[in-house]
Amino acid sequence: MIKKFIRLHSLREWIFIFTILAIAIVLLPLFNILVPEESVLHVPNYMFALMGKYLCYALVALAIDLIWGYTGILSLGHGVFFSMGGYAMGMYLMRSVGKEGVYKSDLPDFMVFLDWKELPWYWYGFDSFIFTLLVILILPALFAFTFGYFAFKSRIKGVYFAIITQAMTFALMLLFFRNETGFGGNNGLTDFKRILGYSLQEPSTKMSLYIITTIVLFLSYILSRYVVQSKLGRVLTAIRDAESRVMFSGYNTVHYKLFIWTMSAFLCGIAGALYVPQVGIINPSEMQPSNSIEMAIWVAVGGRGTLSGALVGAGLVNVAKSWFTVAAPDYWLYFLGTLFIVVTLYFPKGFTGMLARFTSKEKSKESA
Amino acid sequence: MKQTYLLVKSQILKTNIRGCKVFVRLLGVFVFLIVGIFSFSIAEANDFESSLKDLGNKSRSKIKIAVKRLGNIGNPAALPALEALKDKHLQISADGSLIILNESEDQGRDALSGNPVDLSSLTLHKPRINNSVRRVLSMAIGKLKLTSDSPEVRLQAAGQLLKRPSTDLVELVEKALDREDNDEVRKIFMLVLAKEGLKSDDKNRRLKSLNIINEFGNNDFKTDLEALLEKDDTGNFLEGDSEIRDHATKAISTIENRQFFINQAANLFYGLSLGSILLLAALGLAITFGLMGIINMAHGEMLMLGAYATFLVQNLFREYLPGIFDWYLVIAIPISFIVSAIIGIILERTIIRHLYGRPLETLLATWGISLILIQSVRLLFGAQNVKVANPSYLSGGIEVFHGVVLPYNRIAIIMFVVFVVISIWMLLQKTSLGLQVRAVTQNREMASCMGISTHKIDMYTFGLGSGVAGLGGLALSQIGNVGPELGQLYIVDSFMVVVTGGVGKIAGTVAGALGLGILNKFLEPVAGAVLGKIIVLILIVILIQKRPQGLFAPKGRMVDN
Amino acid sequence: MNGSHIKDDSIDTTHGCILYLEQITVSFDGFKALNDLNLYIDDGELRCIIGPNGAGKTTMMDVITGKTRPDHGTVFFGQNHDLTKMTEYEISHAGIGRKFQKPTVFLNHTIFENLELALHTQKDVWQSLTQSLTLEQREIIEEVMETIGLKEQKNLRSGLLSHGQKQWLEIGMLLVQDPRLLLIDEPVAGMTHQETEHTAELLKSLAGKHSIVVVEHEMDFIRSIANRVTVLHEGHVLADGKMEDVQNDPKVIEVYLGS
Repeated sequence: MIKKFIRLHSLREWIFIFTILAIAIVLLPLFNILVPEESVLHVPNYMFALMGKYLCYALVALAIDLIWGYTGILSLGHGVFFSMGGYAMGMYLMRSVGKEGVYKSDLPDFMVFLDWKELPWYWYGFDSFIFTLLVILILPALFAFTFGYFAFKSRIKGVYFAIITQAMTFALMLLFFRNETGFGGNNGLTDFKRILGYSLQEPSTKMSLYIITTIVLFLSYILSRYVVQSKLGRVLTAIRDAESRVMFSGYNTVHYKLFIWTMSAFLCGIAGALYVPQVGIINPSEMQPSNSIEMAIWVAVGGRGTLSGALVGAGLVNVAKSWFTVAAPDYWLYFLGTLFIVVTLYFPKGFTGMLARFTSKEKSKESA
Repeated sequence: MKQTYLLVKSQILKTNIRGCKVFVRLLGVFVFLIVGIFSFSIAEANDFESSLKDLGNKSRSKIKIAVKRLGNIGNPAALPALEALKDKHLQISADGSLIILNESEDQGRDALSGNPVDLSSLTLHKPRINNSVRRVLSMAIGKLKLTSDSPEVRLQAAGQLLKRPSTDLVELVEKALDREDNDEVRKIFMLVLAKEGLKSDDKNRRLKSLNIINEFGNNDFKTDLEALLEKDDTGNFLEGDSEIRDHATKAISTIENRQFFINQAANLFYGLSLGSILLLAALGLAITFGLMGIINMAHGEMLMLGAYATFLVQNLFREYLPGIFDWYLVIAIPISFIVSAIIGIILERTIIRHLYGRPLETLLATWGISLILIQSVRLLFGAQNVKVANPSYLSGGIEVFHGVVLPYNRIAIIMFVVFVVISIWMLLQKTSLGLQVRAVTQNREMASCMGISTHKIDMYTFGLGSGVAGLGGLALSQIGNVGPELGQLYIVDSFMVVVTGGVGKIAGTVAGALGLGILNKFLEPVAGAVLGKIIVLILIVILIQKRPQGLFAPKGRMVDN
Repeated sequence: MNGSHIKDDSIDTTHGCILYLEQITVSFDGFKALNDLNLYIDDGELRCIIGPNGAGKTTMMDVITGKTRPDHGTVFFGQNHDLTKMTEYEISHAGIGRKFQKPTVFLNHTIFENLELALHTQKDVWQSLTQSLTLEQREIIEEVMETIGLKEQKNLRSGLLSHGQKQWLEIGMLLVQDPRLLLIDEPVAGMTHQETEHTAELLKSLAGKHSIVVVEHEMDFIRSIANRVTVLHEGHVLADGKMEDVQNDPKVIEVYLGS
């Protein structure tokens, strides 16, 4: 079994991966703790929350690459699964505030504000971390499974499927905007204080969250790599290329699609759960269709169907976004829109595709 | 006078003593009557004029007396003066003639004749009134209006009485009812009397009133009726008679049923209205999707651009052609179509055609286009909504039932949409272009083999679809706000219409749009707008399960994707 | 039906027949692609189906494999499997394999991967995720690659193959699937004379253990492989019998072979 995992990458590739991992988990923290603040090499505190955020996005991109890059299912609604994990974690964090909110009540602030007298039934249990963890792991996957079951069984595909996912996230966004739904309305859940007893403001907590996110991303990547390189992965790409042919070859494609769809939602939910304590807020705008569509472009920019491309794409686009929001906010949407158009027209293989062509040109130059 | 003389003469000729006595007596009475009538009418005329003059009296009590008299006299010519007095626009000149001023108090008319007067030549005095004078004024005005020649005025007066009943006027209403021949006004008069009649001691009167309310009454009467069913602190009914209570209960349920029916009719209308807009928004999408198999995420922006084009045309008219401002809408129709169509064609030529056969990529690329379009509009026109005014002929509405007003702009939009759909249908079915479009939609390769330039058809069709969306934007501008995100509001619903109704047949899009519009409106009062939307979405997913054939896989040997 | 292969003896062929098509009618928007079609394939036979274009040959295959449901009629695999009630992948599992008219190999996969995908084995999600190929299975694949002459190119992406090679790969995929009944739609279209001969030999060697239904237009090829030929016309059987008999049947000549 372990051999299978080892064979996922060549030795060179493993060295590359572990180097990056080491830099991320060991070097950067050290450069924060040990190097004095005035020095140029110091890694400032806020960087870790920022990188943690990017890593969560990278995990989402990974999830989307699994269904889109490998199986050809475009989802424009993955924000839903991300938000479910995020809201679950948010609810736990709200409960952890205890009586230290603005209103000094057992109830979260927004409920007091709405004049509610007691906790709604669906908030029970979120004072326990174990319970919350179970919800994060199970709820997005369960919801995805149900939705996918009905959708795939009715052979909904392609653009129809994409539109339905968009409508799904739109409808849920509207639902969560209502105050009556009980999740904080359009303000969402925020003003968290601590997680598992550790204060969220402390640099050490932020650093730990960052490290945990990195490890989770690494493990998810390994798991995804295993899946796509197994026979199942090859069936998935076959489904992407010629679904009915796969059916004629004796595979129940609904099961396969359902599997990867659920796994994708599972990873996405975890990403959302890790995102919320690092960013400090979760609100319904995470479920707006434009967010989910943007997630797809991360994968397209990086290169579909490669896994590493998803990670790269998520990083590149979000770094660009942060830059634009500060330097030229009016032009961010122009940049993003143009990115959508240019990547789909001219760079269908994305960044990693370009890189591959470049290196193969180099190789052929060498051999020439 | 001549008449009298002749009569006297003829009577003197008859020398019947008894008859003479009687006739003389009759004569005296007759003369007295004639003289009396004349002098009375003169007196009355004098009375009318002097009362009018007294409206400008310095003493408020004299004014009150004058007003009451005018009300009792019943001459509707006094109305303008009375109303002007109430609105404080009445002035009296030195020679006693009454002048009514306009709002800005720079022009005046004579109160009786209506002729304009030159204000500079007159010294004017403004009569002072207080609240008690006003009360008397309202009464007198109401009386005069009830007996006005114009049925609209009578209707309005009666309606006001319903809202604020006055026991004094009831007698007048009864008299007016006898004289009234207009059915609508009769109805309101009867309801006014019935409302009063509920308080009567006479049980029959109360029953009669209840029957009238049962037949003609609306929701406004509910409180009066429910008062009849109230209990006191010990749990006993205030209204002792059980027959009355039964009738009241019956009347309440009749009224509620009537209201329910009215509500559903209103829902139906608004559902149709929403459906017609959805149809306009989704029609272009269905056409392009049916033809090219691509979903254009920038379609909503075609709507938005059409709305902004309308806005620009409106501004142009406002600035350069204010006299014919109302016609801006007519010009805006072709303009909004052309603007969106041209932008659509540009997009098709530069970007979309290169993505032929890759629908998912087209989805993403067009999303990028939509981002760019929205941001451009935001930077050009600002992020806030812009105002587009209805032309005068589209303002207001008609009241079909009590409390249900169908706005003209929505009615006009429904008719407009019908026109557009029929035009599109005729274009597709009756023209050679339409034939080519249908051919390419059904079998692109075959059509190409037959010499149809599929590139050109793609271009024209995309232009057509976008243009129709532009018209949708024009319609939206008439009933709602116009902002950069206008398209985003309707895009999800448009997709749902396309998914439900299917592609390839206009009938499908029509059915989908109207169905969803009506369903939405009927669910709204029951489940709220958000839950209603969610329910609709779930229903669509279930529908697709049952009927995927109608929506997706055409029968026969089809190329996979 | 969870991906496990139906054992041969679960298909009831006590009557010698492996495929029954009875009174099959399929209409598309009023046009009858199949019109009261009756066809019986014996266990182990090699049958050729011929007929003009639009006769319904491919539609018939669609019906058998579950791609199209008939409006009327019954389709039975053996005595006991009602194909109209099974999904496509269940039918494939039951032991019916099809080679399409147009080659439909998986273009982004290598030749080896194509064969691996088609290989008859457990095909459920869990197995695909956890199991690797056994030695025996590898050998089967190697053997078939040898047969179809593509052993050299085993790691080549199949999208890069020529048309004829793609046809071969598809036949190979059918072989590794090891189905009881093979439906082969125009196997030699675009092949050279040699390749055609090779194909004929292969099919003849398969008959007996397998039952084969071949649709073709190439008359020489048919002559070289067929015992029994069925002629379809306008959705039903026009003639049926040995090649010589059918060739000389006046109805057939009028409709198809003549002029």
